[in-house]
Amino acid sequence: MADRTLQTTAPGGKPAGRRPFDLKRQTGFSEIAWFCLFVLYAPIAVLIVFSFNDNRSVTLWTEFSLRWYRSALNNQGIQNAAMISLQVGAVATLVSTFFATLAALATTRNERFRGEGLVYAVINQPLMIPEIVTAVATLALFALIKQLTGVGGIGYLMLAHTVFCIPFAYMPIRARLEDMNLTLEQAAADLYATPLQVFRRITLPLMMPGIVAGAMLAFVVSFDDVIITLMVAGPGETTLPIYIFGQMRRGITPETNAVSTLIVLLSVVLVALLFFFGKRRR
Amino acid sequence: MRKHLLTAAAVLALGAGTLGLGAVQARAAGELHIYNWGNYTNPELIKSFEKKYDVKVTLDDYDSNEMMLAKIKGGAAGYDIVVPSDYMVSVMAGEGLLEKTEPNQMANFKNINPKWIEVYWDKGRHYTVPWQWGTTAFTVDTAVYKGDVNTLKLELDPPPELKGRINMLNDMNEVINAGLRYLGYPRCNSNKEQLKELSDLLIKAKASWRTMDYATIEKLTSGDVDLSQNWNGAAMRARAQRPTLKYAYPKEGFTGWMDNVAVLKGAPNLENAKLFQNFVMDPENAALISNFARYANGIKGSEKFMDKDMVAAPEIIPPAGTQDPEFVPPCDQKVVDLYNRIWTNLKK
Amino acid sequence: MAAETASVPATSAPAETERLRLAKAAIRRGKLRTRWLLLSPALLTIVLVGLLPLSIILVYSFLEPGTYGGVRWVFSTDAYVQFLFERDLFEDTLTFNPAYLEIFWRSVELALLSTVGSLLIGFPTAYFIATRPPSRRNLWLFLITLPFWTNLLIRTFAMMLILRDEGVINIILMKLGLIDQPLVLIYTDGAVFLGLVYSYLPFMVLPIYAALEKLDFRLVEAAYDLYATRGKVLRHVILPVAKPGLVAGCILVFVPGLGAYITPELLGGGKSLMIGNMIAIQFGNSRNWPFGSAASLILMAIVLVALLVYVRYAGRRRGHG
Repeated sequence: MADRTLQTTAPGGKPAGRRPFDLKRQTGFSEIAWFCLFVLYAPIAVLIVFSFNDNRSVTLWTEFSLRWYRSALNNQGIQNAAMISLQVGAVATLVSTFFATLAALATTRNERFRGEGLVYAVINQPLMIPEIVTAVATLALFALIKQLTGVGGIGYLMLAHTVFCIPFAYMPIRARLEDMNLTLEQAAADLYATPLQVFRRITLPLMMPGIVAGAMLAFVVSFDDVIITLMVAGPGETTLPIYIFGQMRRGITPETNAVSTLIVLLSVVLVALLFFFGKRRR
Repeated sequence: MRKHLLTAAAVLALGAGTLGLGAVQARAAGELHIYNWGNYTNPELIKSFEKKYDVKVTLDDYDSNEMMLAKIKGGAAGYDIVVPSDYMVSVMAGEGLLEKTEPNQMANFKNINPKWIEVYWDKGRHYTVPWQWGTTAFTVDTAVYKGDVNTLKLELDPPPELKGRINMLNDMNEVINAGLRYLGYPRCNSNKEQLKELSDLLIKAKASWRTMDYATIEKLTSGDVDLSQNWNGAAMRARAQRPTLKYAYPKEGFTGWMDNVAVLKGAPNLENAKLFQNFVMDPENAALISNFARYANGIKGSEKFMDKDMVAAPEIIPPAGTQDPEFVPPCDQKVVDLYNRIWTNLKK
Repeated sequence: MAAETASVPATSAPAETERLRLAKAAIRRGKLRTRWLLLSPALLTIVLVGLLPLSIILVYSFLEPGTYGGVRWVFSTDAYVQFLFERDLFEDTLTFNPAYLEIFWRSVELALLSTVGSLLIGFPTAYFIATRPPSRRNLWLFLITLPFWTNLLIRTFAMMLILRDEGVINIILMKLGLIDQPLVLIYTDGAVFLGLVYSYLPFMVLPIYAALEKLDFRLVEAAYDLYATRGKVLRHVILPVAKPGLVAGCILVFVPGLGAYITPELLGGGKSLMIGNMIAIQFGNSRNWPFGSAASLILMAIVLVALLVYVRYAGRRRGHG
């Protein structure tokens, strides 16, 4: 990212009457961003507060207690579900982001080619059908494959997740690459860099913000999926959303709040560590 | 930083994958795959079954009979046990999805309350054994509404104090059946005049409803509504947090239901599944089920092991003179099509 | 990659020798091959696990419903007829029935509104992130997505805690003495709108950020120096760069928004059907898989047409860059 460190000093010699213009500060934008953050975190704060509630209900506050953390730690079912969710999410994110990156490279930065519209439609197809329909149809297909090959396992669930993660990973990467300036790559190639070197040193770093954004979206989508998972998951493959969804009618307990809090905490710690080590290397 | 993120993600994924494989290999020799309603199975019951028969049990959840049916019909192989409600048992048995395990020959069959043997969904119990049973009516806050609660009028033509304070189940059959009972018309109805009247009644009543949702306990205890159509066990749990709530037994009639332990055709662990059917007919085990989910179970002698507050609860033991609940068989396709139209029209 | 992107000088055709023409054709073929090679993993996965099931759905939509769900293998177009017309069960006459169209329209409206809403919040947020120092940007991205690593249902329940009659907002307002009757916030269209914008915000912010991040702010500065107004800078410098991201974000919000129903049900109170749950109950209580299949194909056709129109439009704009 060292390629573009910006100086935003207001150039001198401006005619009178024009305020110095800080480009990074469009009026109200930072306020909106902070507001956005506030809105995003308000429910999370409530969720965390209620994970410490003594009451069984997720709606009324009584008093502070750690009982839901204790019971979540004793609840094998919810732990397994969280573990399966993480596994499926991680695999689906990696695979779909990789595939989407390749596809985005192929569909941008060049003149259009015949069939591009079709390719675009195909990649976005998983977005376009209501989940329940995809779920029923995928189940029918997988059941057939299982019957023919006799192979079962969690791979099917990961595959199903990979499919609907691809468009979510693809779109930000494509947005990043579209209209991208090719001069750097061409310059490198002119300087006798091998194609691989050009890709590793120039193209990949340029794409990175898109890839990171795409991967994050893919993970979020996989981690939240209910309907497709409900249909495709085999025995012992209950994910966290399925576990919670199954509880809706009989009443959700704050155990789920406790587990969600733990997941948030875990990701904060993980990212903080990465940040720390990333900084030190610099 | 970015390289780190990616590396970490890769390591995480690989680690998670390996853990998953390990878990698969670590399974005990015997297995049993149960597919049941969410938050409905006492973990102690599972533990005790695992210990007694040295079987590793996996438990997965569904949230509606229909979702479960769609999944089983779609060809989801691998589950041994499902717990369908009464009407769903007759559907699944009719479609050849259930294994005829003849529970009536099992050792613990003597414990079943005779009332639950000759049932419409499984006459003589050739396929299933009782899990839990209950009723579907509604709960009212008696601090808000002081009159007689035992009438469907409160849901369908509510007094001013309840207007806009009502939650109905988001369930086509329960809502339509409540309407039919209120009008005094038969269930599985295809009479067009009667259905027209029903449709008008529901559309008018909907203006007084605040929500249509399955999460009834949370709706009542949060104070969002003062009346909610719900199940008796849920009513009892809601009352624990809002003591002025009262479960109604409408004089026009109310629904009864029973969830049943069934074995799927082609179950990979047939023998263990049969053991489980026998296992839940043991009074002590049946009480474990009831103590967890708060419904009655249909096994004689289980009261001894049940929590005291349950045995005395008005939601579980109806007051003397209350009529029997009505168990509604599945309707034929023509009726379902008509109901579907009414429902779409109601919610469009 | 370098070979692929190295451009061939565009000389006029008459001066071209036969050899040069052949070489150019070979390069073009090579480029095309690379391109399909890169596309193949994604396309193959989607074709096998996405389009193949879709053909099953297509077949289902032309069959008759089975008695208890599933299908009977009898050809029928009833599923499509049912979408617009109501067949009288006794007289077999058809009358126009707008109920499903109304449900469709409600979902389209809601999806449009939530797209606009998340755009209004998402664009400034993405812009803000893209203008942070490079070392901070990933932290911001992480902060934006972290709330979504909890579950959608849990988040929605948390929102309900905030919005309900005895919820956080009403309690605070009452304590402050600003109101003495709780405001009706939950189970309203406003609550649904809020919930959808909330759920889809990262789908808007991240693509826009990815596009904006490549904006060279020296350009903006230059434009401003050349006496462009703030509005002109936005229109002629910032928006063109952000456009691919804006389009991607809008698609990622609008299309899933069409099928959304868990959020509308929980926050809206569940009294109105959305396309999503209308279709879902066809596979459940209503036991009409063919109709559910047909309705989703109609939905897909609408989205597909919109997407193709976009590609046409975007393609013309991109030209030979």
